[in-house]
Amino acid sequence: MTTLAPPAVRVDQVPTASRERGGSVLWMTMPALLMFLAFGLIPLLGALGLSFTTWDGIGDIRPTGLTSWKAALSDPGLPHALGITFQIMFLSWLVQTPLSILIGVFIAARHRYRGLLAVLYFIPLLLSSAAISITYKAMLDPNFGIGSGLGISALNQDWLGDPTLAMGVLIFVVSWQFIPFHSLIYQGAVRQIPIALYEAAQIDGAGRLRQFFLITLPQIKYTIITSSTLMVVGSLTFFDLIYVLTAGGPGDATRALALEMYQKGFMANLMGPASCIAVILVLVGVALAQLLRRLGGRGDESQMEGM
Amino acid sequence: MATIDTGAHRRITPARRKARSNWLGGTFGWVWLLIVMLPIYWIVITSFKTQANYFVTNTFAPPSTPTLDNYRSVIENDFVRYFLNSMVVTVGAVVPAVVISFMAAYGIVRAARDRRVRSINSLFLTGLAIPLQAVIIPVYLIIIRLEMYDTLLAIILPSIAFAIPLSVLVLANFIRDVPRELFESMRMDGATEWGTLWRLAFPLTRPALVTVTIYNALAIWNGFLLPLVLTQSPEQRTMPLALWTFQGQFGINVPAIAASVTLTTIPIVLLYAVGRRQLLSGLTAGFGK
Repeated sequence: MTTLAPPAVRVDQVPTASRERGGSVLWMTMPALLMFLAFGLIPLLGALGLSFTTWDGIGDIRPTGLTSWKAALSDPGLPHALGITFQIMFLSWLVQTPLSILIGVFIAARHRYRGLLAVLYFIPLLLSSAAISITYKAMLDPNFGIGSGLGISALNQDWLGDPTLAMGVLIFVVSWQFIPFHSLIYQGAVRQIPIALYEAAQIDGAGRLRQFFLITLPQIKYTIITSSTLMVVGSLTFFDLIYVLTAGGPGDATRALALEMYQKGFMANLMGPASCIAVILVLVGVALAQLLRRLGGRGDESQMEGM
Repeated sequence: MATIDTGAHRRITPARRKARSNWLGGTFGWVWLLIVMLPIYWIVITSFKTQANYFVTNTFAPPSTPTLDNYRSVIENDFVRYFLNSMVVTVGAVVPAVVISFMAAYGIVRAARDRRVRSINSLFLTGLAIPLQAVIIPVYLIIIRLEMYDTLLAIILPSIAFAIPLSVLVLANFIRDVPRELFESMRMDGATEWGTLWRLAFPLTRPALVTVTIYNALAIWNGFLLPLVLTQSPEQRTMPLALWTFQGQFGINVPAIAASVTLTTIPIVLLYAVGRRQLLSGLTAGFGK
């Protein structure tokens, strides 16, 4: 598929009303629309279609009605993976949100290190999930890792070999990677709060803590919704991080939905049931995003509309 | 630069008022910095250690006899090929993605009253909610049918598609801020829409274009799932996938793994160093509303 633009010359243009102008720029949206349809929207419908088929990934695709759905829904791996996914989602939200707000408020304040901090905080976002996972995997080695390095014997654990600990490590690594991003979002939001609000509160004798709860938090309400939406919907899609860090293990202790789908589809060659999981993934994501939008009470003018 | 002066926050002057006594955030901000930097410090110093040295010295101590051997063995293991593959995929996807997203964003802003354009825009917005994982199986099928499996183009095409929604959103928000009068006067001067796009919107939108370019480059450079599913042979491996296979290949040779992690990260850190200000301000402006 090419993305070549049509020739620039348009002799038919004597536009006056904006509606006519609309017609003349419509073609400009076409290359993006076609690419997006071909590799975004049509595959999305394709996933739904494939969920009603049986396919091993190589041979023919045979429509088999609800067979794949029955297989997917009767597999105990699915509720397990769903449970793990919600666990990761909730715990990582619970850890990340307060800390991101705290750091965001801190770096929004005027002090001479703000620039430096913003630079350094951003670094985890540059690294690939693969690089991060490999680093932590090596660092958490029970024999040569951080425990012995810091001389804290309590840190000498088989971090990725124990189901509970592995989940904890996963939440930690997720937070390590994404708290910087969310704190930068909060920093931006906090800096937009009118200073007059704080001045008025100060005159009324409100302390720092009261100012935080009565001004800062309500003022960044929409940012909390946006950030939470990104966190929650994003956590549905953790794949490379888990794949490289724990491969879903130990056992199936960290096998989240996206990983379950990959293993069903590309390891077990059950593309039908794997497509069912893909559909569930989308449904859960859309439902959660809608729920959060309702909670925010913001309605349709939100710029994160589609999320 | 002075030492860490937390006392400065307590000075009550109007300008510093907001920073004055957020000791909780302050303490935690610095602790978090330590948490962020520790693994990065660890991976870099480990990459300069010999394997023997790694096992006997304290893991956080700098190497007693720094060596470049790890880097040498990583580079000898086809690192250059993987690096070039990643470059081809990233440039090959980001440039067309940004160009067509920019055109689309321009069209969406200029024809905001056109119902067709509005529905195209809401399609793109819906796209923000589509996770790559959800469509990977059909994309795999399409790539096989197009006979592009195990080529770099197989990674590039879906990467372009998935860069579009957010790019259009950010760019359209930016173009919307261009005063309408400027467009009108361009039109009076007889400029075509295409001319207006390039000579007016393009220069004025440049900061947002840089933001979107860096953001997409980051995502695509670090992409893992598409290369994993759509390629197979070592010749088509990109860096994140190569990292993963290095890990298996080098086994317990942690310094070599550390060197490969460091090497794959350097290009993106350089890119960040160049476009940092733009990226940060673009991101905070784009999301912090």
